[in-house]
Parts: sequence; C-alpha cells; structure tokens
Amino acid sequence: MNTVLEAKHINKYFKKPVLFHVLKDINFKINRGEFTSIMGKSGCGKSTLLYILSTMDTDYEGQLFLNNQLITGDKRDQLSYLRNKHIGFVFQFHYLLSEFSVLENVMLPAKKLGEKSLKEIEHDGIQKLKILNIEHLAKKRASQISGGEKQRVAIARALINSPSIIMGDEPTGNLDSHNSDNVFRIFKQLSEEQNLSLLIVTHDEDFAKRTDRIITMEDGRIIS
Amino acid sequence: MLNWKVILNIAKTHLLTKLKQTAIAALGVTFGIAAYITLVSFMTGLNKMLDDLMLNQTPHIRIYNEIEPSDPQPVSLYDKFENSLNIVHSIKPKLTQKKIHNALPFIKYLNEDKNVKGAIPQVKTQIFYIAGSIEIAGNLTGIIPTEEARLFNFRDYITIGSPEKLQNTDNGILLGAGIASKMSLDVGDRIQISTIKGDVFPLKIVGIYQSGVADIDAIQSFVNLKTAQRILGEAENYITDINVKLHDLDKAFLMSKKIEQQFGLTAIDIKTANAQFETGTTIRNLITYAVSITLLIVAGFGIYNILNMLIYEKMNDIAILKATGFSGKDVQYIFMSQAIIIGIVGGLLGLLIGFVFTNIINTIPFRTEALPTIETYPINFNGWFYVIGITFAMISTFFAGYLPSQKAKKIDPVKIIRGQ
Repeated sequence: MNTVLEAKHINKYFKKPVLFHVLKDINFKINRGEFTSIMGKSGCGKSTLLYILSTMDTDYEGQLFLNNQLITGDKRDQLSYLRNKHIGFVFQFHYLLSEFSVLENVMLPAKKLGEKSLKEIEHDGIQKLKILNIEHLAKKRASQISGGEKQRVAIARALINSPSIIMGDEPTGNLDSHNSDNVFRIFKQLSEEQNLSLLIVTHDEDFAKRTDRIITMEDGRIIS
Repeated sequence: MLNWKVILNIAKTHLLTKLKQTAIAALGVTFGIAAYITLVSFMTGLNKMLDDLMLNQTPHIRIYNEIEPSDPQPVSLYDKFENSLNIVHSIKPKLTQKKIHNALPFIKYLNEDKNVKGAIPQVKTQIFYIAGSIEIAGNLTGIIPTEEARLFNFRDYITIGSPEKLQNTDNGILLGAGIASKMSLDVGDRIQISTIKGDVFPLKIVGIYQSGVADIDAIQSFVNLKTAQRILGEAENYITDINVKLHDLDKAFLMSKKIEQQFGLTAIDIKTANAQFETGTTIRNLITYAVSITLLIVAGFGIYNILNMLIYEKMNDIAILKATGFSGKDVQYIFMSQAIIIGIVGGLLGLLIGFVFTNIINTIPFRTEALPTIETYPINFNGWFYVIGITFAMISTFFAGYLPSQKAKKIDPVKIIRGQ
C-alpha cells in the first residue's frame, strides 16, 4: 500500500498567551484509499494537527510528507499549489463563496489550477455534482441552498481536482443526523469506489466507528 | 502561478454584487478627475490668455541705448591719480545719441542668426497730440506694421483697421483707443501731433489700437517707421529700438547678455523684464495642482475605506480561497484589480465629464474691454492633462488598493476557519 500522507515527529507550540506544547511528537501514516477519523476531546489538538497536515499552518517542528515528498519548509506559493492540486477540504461551516453559483464554486479550484480547459472543468464540475446528487442546484446561488446541500457542494468542490486526500474538520458537526448520515455515505462511497484517502476530524462517535481506522488523541498525543 | 481570468472574474463578481459601493468609490474618482480636468484646463487657459496678453506683444529681447553715467569716470584714466582715492560728486549721465549705432547692418546680422525668428527696428519718441489749444503728451512708435503683426501678434490689438492699411498709408497713424475717445476722433479723421522740438504734423487716422492696458492706450500710437523718422527729421538709419523674437524663449537671457557684451548696447530679455509675471503664472499653476491633488487624494481615501470594509466582509471568502489553493498573492491581486478597475472606470468617466464641462465653459461668453480678442472663457485643451489625470487616478487607486489588499494577503485562513 502506498502512503499518501506521513507525519514524522510533529511538535507544535502555541506561544501566546503562554508557551503551550499542543502537539507532542506526532507520527502516523495514511495509505491510499484509507478512511481515517481523528477523535479526541476538545482542545486535545486534533484540529491543530489537521491544519498542519493541510499545509495551511506552517509553524511547527517535524516533517510532513505528501505522496512521499517532503513538503515541510516549502514556500507558501508552492504549498498553495500543492493544496490546490492534492488536498480537498471540507469544513464544519460550509464556506462557499455566496455570490457565486453552485457550479462556479465547484469549478473555482480547477480554474485556479488551470490544467484543463474551461469546458472540461465545467463538465467535471457537473460530474461531481451528479455524484453527490445535487446537479439540479448547479445554477443556483450558493446563498440560496440549504445547509446539507451546501456541505455536499463543498465536498464536490473538494473533489474537483481529483485530490490525493480529502480532509474534513468536523464536516458533519453542523448537520442533523439525516444529513450527516448522507455525508458519511458519500465519503464511504468515495473511499471505496475511487480509492480516495480521507482524514476526518470528528466528535461524532457513531461516525468514527464506521470508518476504517480511528486515531484517538489526548493532550497532544496519539494514544491509539 | 497566476490565473488572471479567474482573479478578474472573482474581482468582477465582487464589484458587481456590491454595485452601490463600487459606484460610490468610482464616483469619488470621477469627481476628482473631472474637477482636475476642468480646473487645470480653465486655469491654464486663463494663464495662457494672460501670458499672451503680456508676452506675445513683448519682444524676447529688446535692444536700445540706455541713458546712464559712464562706469569708468575720466579721472580714473589719468595715470597720476592711479594710487589715490578719487571721489566724484554729482555724476551726470553721459550724453549719448538715442539711436543705435550702425543699426541696419546690426539688424541684418541678428536676422541671420539661426536662433532668431525675427529682429525688427522701431523708432520711439515722445510727442504731443494737439486738440485745439490742448496738448496731450503721448508716445509715438514708428514700426514696420506687417512685421510687427507677423512676430508680435500686432493684428490682435488693432480693433479697427489693419496693419496693411497702416503700411500702405504714408502719413497714417494708428491711434490708441484712449486718445481716440478723449479727443472724440474716429477712423478717417485727421489729427495733429507735435514733436518735442515743436514741429507740427498732420496725420490721418487709419485705425484704432487697443492693448487692453488702459494706461498704454491713453498715450500710445503707431506710425510707419519712415514716417516717424521724417517727423523727427532723422535719416533712415535712425533706429532707437530693436525688438528680437527668438524661436526658443529660454535662450533669451544668454543671448541678451551676449549682445550687451559684444555691441555695448542695453539688451533686456523677456524674463528679466517680466519676472513678476512668471511668478504669478507659477503660483496659479501651483494652486491648480494643489487643489486637484487634494481632490484625488480624498477620492483615494474613499476607495481605501470601501476596500477595507469589503475585505472585512469577505474574510470568509478569503479564507476559503486560500484553503482551496489560492495563494496570498492571488488574493492580493483580486483586491488590487478591484481597486484598479474602480480607478480606470471612475477615471475615464471623470475625463469624459471634465471634457464636457470644459466644452461648456468654453462657450460661455466672456467679453471684456481689456481683452479685445477674447469672446468666451478661455480653455486650454491639452491632451497631456488627460494623460496626467488618468495616470494619477490609476496611481492613487493603486495605493488605495495596495494597503487593504496587503492585509488580505496576510490573513491567516486557519484563524478564520477555526474562529467561527
């Protein structure tokens, strides 16, 4: 099995208001097609870890490998590019650009990547919306759809550049049980059918139990 | 990795969804630029008019014989007093002839100089205008009318008649408007003048001269050069002044100094003679630019404010753009391009409004005794003002956009996403 994401000896300190050791020597690997969840109490550092893994937070010690390449210490522009191409994001809050249509929101990261023509991107975008059963919303403004639908649009956006891994920061945290079940099934399907790696931070124990692997954190350490 | 299409598309969407704010920001620039164009065109138009009033009829270099005391007094030439201190009381000016020595070859020499557009002779003298028993003091200048018209816009100051008419009438006189009204004379009438020596000559009025300066119009009249020489009883080489017009006004000072040294004459250049005039022009320009720049800076602050607010509103958008792979630079360019679009649109609109305004002002009637040739308010239509206007609009919006966009660039997406 090839490794998608690997963390070696990750340490992170918060310097304000007082020096605080948030993450203590984190080591783990995520393989292709693996559906992993991170659990832990509030404040144990799981979100902090996720943002380091996402390359958005660069203020840490240790080494981070994406597709077996060291990305620690890369320039911000390079990291932006990696994030654009290899990492898909789903947040607790849906974070769509409310002035753009659903389809435009989905297409945006691909347009930024600029590897495909506009027609291909549009085709891809509709394809992704179809996978998530929301293609009928394509022309609607992002501000006009419901919360569950928004989260599915966000997942479609995360998929648009066919990333190596999808990361989620409590993607179901803000949804009712029906919608969160829906989101879980979509994730499961993606991991099984498209061999996509997933790394989801969650509080929801039912959600976590149904994933392939649970990483449990406590006080900045991985305990299982 | 820049993708301008995407960046501009996002910028466009931001601007269009906040159309009201965009319009207000753009209008700020529009008013600034329109005011600048109107002000600067109008002010420089006025300046140019005033300059023309003074400078066009003024020779670039005026050459004449000055009445002055000799610099080395005779006593200093005497060897025996060489080592003593000589004090001469009540020095009197030296008696010299008023005419310029060897004037005709000298004029020919000046006209051959490639810097000189033209050098023409004048005979200046004091006379009296005679009306019955009343004598009114005045100045009479003998000129070559067609040459004066060619070099010094003489035609603009003749309200009735023409330079040609004076040229062709041997005993004609071009009478100052002030004298004409004082003596109730009109074109076609005859006037008698008397020289200082007492000789009386009848002359025929062929035209009326009005410079716009009342004091001059009340004393000044013109006749042909030869007529003036005849009135004074002098020969054809009697010339008191030579007026020189150069191709380049800036060379006047050096050339006047050269002439003074080379020929021992007094040569006054236009800048020395009209120094206070230059100062007035400079200060008026300064005021124009100060006001315009203030207007544009105010407009710039408007843009700064609106973009700042926009960035606060769009915090989430910025975070999500960054999370999905837009770099800080991309985000910065999104906001910069918004500022610049506002600048271009507002600026162009401002140029248009400024152009319309100046055209309207240009048709407003403006008649004054002092300026016989002016009929409407003067406007200086100069393409450079438009170039400067749009450039300044771009620069000020660039800076107004730069600071907020720099902030957007530095926003940490993690803080925004986690902070919610």
